[in-house]
Amino acid sequence: MTGQRIAQPTAETVGTQEEFGVVERPLTFWQRLSGSALFRKGSLVILIAIIWQVYAGHLNNPFVLPTFYDTVVSFSATMMSGELLARTWFSIKILLMGYSTGIILAALLTTLAATTRIGNDILELLTAMFNPMPAIALLPLAMIWFGLGVGSFIFVLTHSVLWAVALNTNSGFRAVSPTLRMVGRNYGLTGFRYIVKILIPAAFPSILSGLRIGWAFAWRTLIAAELVFGVSSQSGGLGWFIFEYKNMLNTPTVFAGLLMVIFVGLTIEYLLFGTIEKKTIKRWGMHT
Amino acid sequence: MQSLSGQDRAPATDSAPLLEVDGVTLQYRTSDRIVMATYRVGFSINQGDRFVLLGPSGCGKSTLLKAVGGYLSPDEGEMRLRGEVISKPGPDRVMVFQEFDQLLPWKTVKGNVVFALESARRCRGAEAADRAMHYIEKVNLGNFADVYPHELSGGMKQRVAIARGMAMEPDIILMDEPFAALDALTRRTMQEELMRLWDDTRFTVLFVTHSIPEAIIIGSRILLLSPHPGRVKTELESQGTDVAIDGSGELLSERIHSELFNEGARS
Repeated sequence: MTGQRIAQPTAETVGTQEEFGVVERPLTFWQRLSGSALFRKGSLVILIAIIWQVYAGHLNNPFVLPTFYDTVVSFSATMMSGELLARTWFSIKILLMGYSTGIILAALLTTLAATTRIGNDILELLTAMFNPMPAIALLPLAMIWFGLGVGSFIFVLTHSVLWAVALNTNSGFRAVSPTLRMVGRNYGLTGFRYIVKILIPAAFPSILSGLRIGWAFAWRTLIAAELVFGVSSQSGGLGWFIFEYKNMLNTPTVFAGLLMVIFVGLTIEYLLFGTIEKKTIKRWGMHT
Repeated sequence: MQSLSGQDRAPATDSAPLLEVDGVTLQYRTSDRIVMATYRVGFSINQGDRFVLLGPSGCGKSTLLKAVGGYLSPDEGEMRLRGEVISKPGPDRVMVFQEFDQLLPWKTVKGNVVFALESARRCRGAEAADRAMHYIEKVNLGNFADVYPHELSGGMKQRVAIARGMAMEPDIILMDEPFAALDALTRRTMQEELMRLWDDTRFTVLFVTHSIPEAIIIGSRILLLSPHPGRVKTELESQGTDVAIDGSGELLSERIHSELFNEGARS
């Protein structure tokens, strides 16, 4: 059969479509559904919730491990009363202040590092010294310098964001290809215009991952700092919320607070950074 | 307009060389040594020339091109564009590189061309967009104007780079083996297309290659360089095809080959 076809490649044998069967067909509903990461991860969440519910029900000790249902009830109760939302908003406000301070300082440092050799030395030395240092370890010192208040929180948050962002941005700058650098200079870009129009977009994948890491560091630092020292401010944030309800031995509400910590983390990661990534580096084909 | 320094040079400006390279020695530094790339190389290029630098690897042709681009300064001699000494990169000499990543991945095809025009403050806004489209259509990429570079084939990327260079309407386009990373078929097409563009606009181009056939197709003048360090061997003219020269029956490619590889064999 095949031998025949090779021998006589006439228009008849080449052109008929039946030989291929179907050239193109839409995926089935199930194929499309299982191709969606949102669906797969959503199913995992449901699975975890079911396991939690079954195991906690079996344990039957709400003081140690409340069921998923109890947690949801506490979550909606504190949500309804507005307490949980107010506490979360309080934390996010402080977080944004520290995060933006950190980013501004990181921008200054990396600009210096991109333009001068001594600036680069300074940045490399400082990141090597401070990046491994846990922000929480600076909190006692911050208390002495800035007192028991928002200032101390902003100080440790800045520390947790600054080095991660600066380190990633700087290594991104250094990885910009020599060709792209020459192109920028060819069209007369120097100094600040060169950084803004060539280096930042070319290093954007690194910068974005720095911002992500910085965000995660900041969020966990803030919650931890509030847990330890949250007593200072009257209203307090999400960390203090958790600490308070632990003191009242109200474990379901402690779980509700933890759920909120996770929820905020997921929202920022997928909604904010995921969207930025989709609109920039994925669209530009710059993701690796 | 060029300053005529008080003298009546007006008729001479056309025949005066556009680019003069005068006894240029170039050195570059690696981590443990200083390497001499070219030694006292001199040539001059006129308006509308398709000038090819041809030689084996190590003859300093790419280094020489980067020096004309203003990225390196000569250790000896000087280079002048329209009589002005070249000291830094500038949009009057546009480079087209071999590497595909010369396009900004975060800009569309059109965005890349507009970016060049606006960065160099040639023009902006609607004027820049119109001019960009004009040159994008010249390289037959009109339908791809709003596409990002990562969606293009290698040949298309190089065409965008050429369109970007031409849109700048520079004094000279500097091409550093722009087709070397392409497959053989695309490479051939691109050479023809470049020649068609040249017939159309008669830009001046300085083209670096290590391929003898490419030099013959592209060049109107071919400068042969010998390696380690790069020195000028000789200059030949090309009609665009590999024909016999001087009625001697020797083909241009054979002549180039013997000049480059059989040192001293010719009497």
